[in-house]
Amino acid sequence: MRQRLIRFGFLLITFLAAGAMHAQSGSQLRFCLHSEPKTLNPVLMADESSETVRYLTGGVLMRLNRLTQTLEPELATSWKESAGGKTITFKLRAGLHFSDGTVFSAEDVAYTIQQLMDPALHSPTGDSFRSAEGKVITRVEGRDRVTVTFPAPVVGLDKLFDQVAIMSATSPQKELAVLGPYYVAENKAGSYLLLKRNPNYWKHDASGAQLPNIDSIRLDIQQNRDIEMVRLARGEISFINSLDPEYFDKLATQAPGTVHDAGVSLDSEQLWFNQVPTSPLPAYKKAWFTSTNFRRAISNAINRDDLARVVFRGHAQPAVSWVSPANKVWFNAKLQPHPYDQKAALRFLANDGFRMQNGVLHDRDGHIVEFSVITNAGNKYRERMATMIQQDLAGIGIRLNVVTLDFPSLIERITRTFDYEASLLGLVNNDLDPNSQMNVWLSSAENHQWNPSEKTPATAWEAEIDNLMRAQAATLDPKKRKKAVDRVQEIVWEQEPFIYLVNKNALSAVSKSLHNAHPVVLHPQVYWNVDQLSLGSEVAQSR
Amino acid sequence: MRWVRIIAIAFLVVVSMSCLLANFVAPAPYAYQFRELPDASPSRQHLLGTDSLGRDRFSRLLYGTRVSLLLAPAAALFASILAALIGGSAGFVGGWLERCVMAATDLFLSLPWLFLLITVRALLPLNIAPFTSVLVTFALLGSLGWAAAARVICADARSFSRSDFILLARASGSGGFRLLWRHVVPNFKPVLFAQFWIAVPVFILAEANLGVLGLGVAEPLPSWGSLLRELESFSSMSGQPWQFFPLILLIAVISCIHLALRKQEPSL
Repeated sequence: MRQRLIRFGFLLITFLAAGAMHAQSGSQLRFCLHSEPKTLNPVLMADESSETVRYLTGGVLMRLNRLTQTLEPELATSWKESAGGKTITFKLRAGLHFSDGTVFSAEDVAYTIQQLMDPALHSPTGDSFRSAEGKVITRVEGRDRVTVTFPAPVVGLDKLFDQVAIMSATSPQKELAVLGPYYVAENKAGSYLLLKRNPNYWKHDASGAQLPNIDSIRLDIQQNRDIEMVRLARGEISFINSLDPEYFDKLATQAPGTVHDAGVSLDSEQLWFNQVPTSPLPAYKKAWFTSTNFRRAISNAINRDDLARVVFRGHAQPAVSWVSPANKVWFNAKLQPHPYDQKAALRFLANDGFRMQNGVLHDRDGHIVEFSVITNAGNKYRERMATMIQQDLAGIGIRLNVVTLDFPSLIERITRTFDYEASLLGLVNNDLDPNSQMNVWLSSAENHQWNPSEKTPATAWEAEIDNLMRAQAATLDPKKRKKAVDRVQEIVWEQEPFIYLVNKNALSAVSKSLHNAHPVVLHPQVYWNVDQLSLGSEVAQSR
Repeated sequence: MRWVRIIAIAFLVVVSMSCLLANFVAPAPYAYQFRELPDASPSRQHLLGTDSLGRDRFSRLLYGTRVSLLLAPAAALFASILAALIGGSAGFVGGWLERCVMAATDLFLSLPWLFLLITVRALLPLNIAPFTSVLVTFALLGSLGWAAAARVICADARSFSRSDFILLARASGSGGFRLLWRHVVPNFKPVLFAQFWIAVPVFILAEANLGVLGLGVAEPLPSWGSLLRELESFSSMSGQPWQFFPLILLIAVISCIHLALRKQEPSL
């Protein structure tokens, strides 16, 4: 009897210990989406909320490690590019199952690629793979090998698969059967999404316990950032991604230790002048805006350090060029931000015949130098930057009028009527590969904002950028690509078609009860390692 | 309640004098950015602290009050004159003109004001100086804000045109401009006066609403609207109660205008 009791006690202790080590039964991670996901179909996702759901539920062939910025194998144990970047062959992990129990095979990869490239579906993710007209051929070789051949080389092909969630070709649940750590269990439109732990998720931790650690994730749809802050303070949610600098500082004083500044991000804020030849601007203003000396002068007259320190409360860095220093591979480290130097600015202006009269700058024909900058109403950071630039430019005798417009009116002016002089906007960038910005830098591109859709390059330097961007897109040699992209950064730094102002920092707030969170600069910042996150007491976190 | 009215008028006089003499009273230029002191707490140099760009909040409040308190009555006057011309002529002439004008008034009243203002503001030339932008904003408010007053004035004008004293004036040979100037306009005055005082706080709030949307007065010129924008984020302002001062002043001024107005109503 005594032996039986001892044996029972031993079993009980073992069971409790195993339970504590394993997934925390009933644990739920909560955070907010700022809008409702537009779709749950992974090939059709384009909005941020949908992409969040895809990241949490989708199984991918390889995943970009957000911390090291390198690719790591996931559903594919290995891959090989061939035929100059046209073909990629995957060797798949064996014995995996979708969340509904359907067996995973090479057929599913072929089916996903077929869906992705189906012209009728207009998949935004698929667009990244479209390098040329033609059919994409997938060849299945057994259960664990598949080869995909594109009509033309695709630059950065392997990294693009980070966004491709594999769907089941045979599951009755269709796209709701997933290979990622969670599956969508409940979707209350406009209110919340409930994701539950995928019982067939293939990953295990070092001790052999199945991941993910947390049982479920509740995504509350909440647009209001103030309410999101209050909910974090109450412990109702576990983290806030992409935190505002003001909120960041507020939380830093209220709850020190919960906020994380991961450093400079890929996002930039920039100012540009309208250089469209057909714009309704007077000829003398077109002459100012197309002059490199004028743009360089404006750039030198802006105090970027003050913008970063005052507007973004120190949570930003003066920007250098179009590649952020956060992009470890592609940033041209030889370049430095343009310094704040009003004397240099006046020298650049003097080269073009500008002169100062009674504290007011005039051009060589006697016109007073005055122009307007438009930005979107309601974005207080941009409005503040514009106001600071207004004072900076007043220092070299330039009168700047700040105009805030509702977003549709602003887009109308910068893309259709071209009835504006300068614009201050930002770029949110989630892609490390410079190829993703071809639609900005090619002179024929629609997003070539200072002079869109040029039939032929308007300037020699734009022609050089065209050649370099095409050259980097046509080769798979990383050194040649880096050299070309470095040179484009230099040209942009010299010519300043975009006057880059600041790169914002990646700010987030994480509850002390969320363990293993290591916020990074790349999206999705806090939950990039969602399968390794765990919930516990605040004391445990403060270790 | 007489003493309440006296206090209200005294308060309005003090506020008006302070903002009219802002050039002498303000401790710093309203646009100057003390960049080493953003979001500073109140001090001897900065009585209400500084804003997010380091601008002296007290100076901005003085100049902003001047902008709003001078231009809102100007816009109200413009709207009242438009209302008198449109509503008065429609009510006096009657017939098809009255029907057309009232249809136009109904249309104006049914328009979504805020969206209309946003659209019109977006169509304006971009390169206008901040002071011009503030004039344009209030001119827009004035030119779009006549409809409600016109309806009231039209009804009054209709009853005047049928009144015995007008009939008597007509019978005595009075007509045209003389009838309008000697007999009609003096009788419109009380109604016009009331409409004017109702419009003043409405326009102040409309400009504040536009300012909160970032579509009001252009930077760096302050107005109550732009000053109230600091309050749009509750969590960032909590712990800085002095940021509420523009809001308190706005409520106080509008309340005082109403208190001062209340006494006038019986005499109308």
